[in-house]
Amino acid sequence: MSAVMIARKVRKWEKLPGKNSFCCDGRVMMARQKGVFYLTVFLIVGTCSLFFAFECPYLATHLSPAIPVFAIVLFLFVMAMLLRTSFSDPGVLPRALPEEATFIEMEIEAANGNVPAGQRPPPRIRNVQINGQIVKLKYCHTCKIFRPPRASHCSICDNCVDRFDHHCPWVGNCVGKRNYRYFYLFTLSLSLLTIYIFTFAIVHVVMRSVDSGFVKTLQETPGTVLEVLVCFFTLWSVVGLTGFHSYLISLNQTTNEDIKGSWSGKNRLQNPYSHKNIVKNCCEVLCGPAYPSVLDRRGLTQDDLPVPASTAAQSNPVPQTTKTTAPLIPNEHTPDDAKSSIADSAISHAEKGSPSPKKEKPPTPAKVPPLASPETDVEASIIIAKEKAL
Amino acid sequence: EISAPWTFHNLQELRHSASLANKVFLQRDYSDGTTCRFQTKFPSELESRIERPLFEDTVKRLNIYYAEAEKMGGQSYLEGCLACATAYLIFLCMETRYEKVLKKIGRYIQEQNEKIYAPRGLLITDPIERGMRVVSLQLLLLLCVCVCERETDKEKHKDR
Repeated sequence: MSAVMIARKVRKWEKLPGKNSFCCDGRVMMARQKGVFYLTVFLIVGTCSLFFAFECPYLATHLSPAIPVFAIVLFLFVMAMLLRTSFSDPGVLPRALPEEATFIEMEIEAANGNVPAGQRPPPRIRNVQINGQIVKLKYCHTCKIFRPPRASHCSICDNCVDRFDHHCPWVGNCVGKRNYRYFYLFTLSLSLLTIYIFTFAIVHVVMRSVDSGFVKTLQETPGTVLEVLVCFFTLWSVVGLTGFHSYLISLNQTTNEDIKGSWSGKNRLQNPYSHKNIVKNCCEVLCGPAYPSVLDRRGLTQDDLPVPASTAAQSNPVPQTTKTTAPLIPNEHTPDDAKSSIADSAISHAEKGSPSPKKEKPPTPAKVPPLASPETDVEASIIIAKEKAL
Repeated sequence: EISAPWTFHNLQELRHSASLANKVFLQRDYSDGTTCRFQTKFPSELESRIERPLFEDTVKRLNIYYAEAEKMGGQSYLEGCLACATAYLIFLCMETRYEKVLKKIGRYIQEQNEKIYAPRGLLITDPIERGMRVVSLQLLLLLCVCVCERETDKEKHKDR
């Protein structure tokens, strides 16, 4: 009988499959390639700094102090939306645990029947009816699940994302169900900020040129040239993007569906998710409930649940009858090996491990019947831990 | 003397069936769109274990809770607009309505497990732990069968 001691806390994010990178102990979740994101931050912060340094003093005194104040508020909102989009979980669907994956495989095999050797099995598709329309759900070979409607697998992050829109390198993350509204508000507020800075930079140059002359103005405030250039090029892309997403929102479509032409109208396929009302669609996308993350990033993995083998034996005598959680507590007379096998399999099980075969140590005496399967010990160990706590 | 609330006929047969299918998965019901709903179809594996109305009641109750969490109405719009006005910083200190309902669901599932499902040798897993894709029901048979078997073995040994 071995007492089990875990020294370091292992949180679930450390064991998550997929190509995400995590910061702040699992609070921040991004894609691996963050270079373009840093560029975005640099451009926004840099351009705004130039604006505050060169334009604002003049405009505050000659026009109104509200101008820089509004610029600051807008800048802070843009940064908040950008960071919210970049750092949050876009709606990643966790991969199927081995038992669920096996169950789905069995269902598929039952549905396909016997495939003669040499022939390719039919593609794994499940048809569901949504609002009277047949939608095909595809099977994801990486995540071992049938993707829910509107979910798609991002190859960059190697995750299935719910209501997948696109992977945006500028924010360094996927855009999906959970962060789409922040992404939209980011592009919208950035458009406003760009237009604002562009306008007031021009106004400033015009006003100052009237006093001092054009060339002298440019010499006094060299930053203005840079700002105008950045804003000019940003305007076209960001304002265009905002317009495009406004169009998508009014139709309740994702970029992914738009690119694939899922609801383009051919084959009489119409968007079953649209409420056929622009206001309702906008409200659903922008003012809908804030969906929680189903990835428990900061939870502790099973390896860390304190289930020392010795105390499991010394717990109360097994109430086998009326107590509701009774069946899972081993009888105190069970041999040591049964207890150590419970502890071993509870500890060696990782909640969200990749579907690689787990080699569990089988209990040694043949008489002791093995526990059902490694995966069921998750619940077993949770109940044991709860029972001990009572 | 062991008095279990369930009866089992042939130990070998039960162990065999439990090892093959000791988990039942209730899939999502997408007929209404992408809102969270689970199918209320009664799985055949549970026929011998739990009464259909009890099971359907549980799933229907869960569906009601999820519908409440995802309801698009005055309260959710207000929450959304207020959060937007504060650049969503308010979510750092306030719990969203969805999170509150999820806690309620967690308590409900625990209560159902304690009162109804565990005495029948079943265990419901909160769907949030499976990415809201499935409600998994675990058939707890093997371990208690083993425990009871151990007891009978011990008694046999004592008698000798």
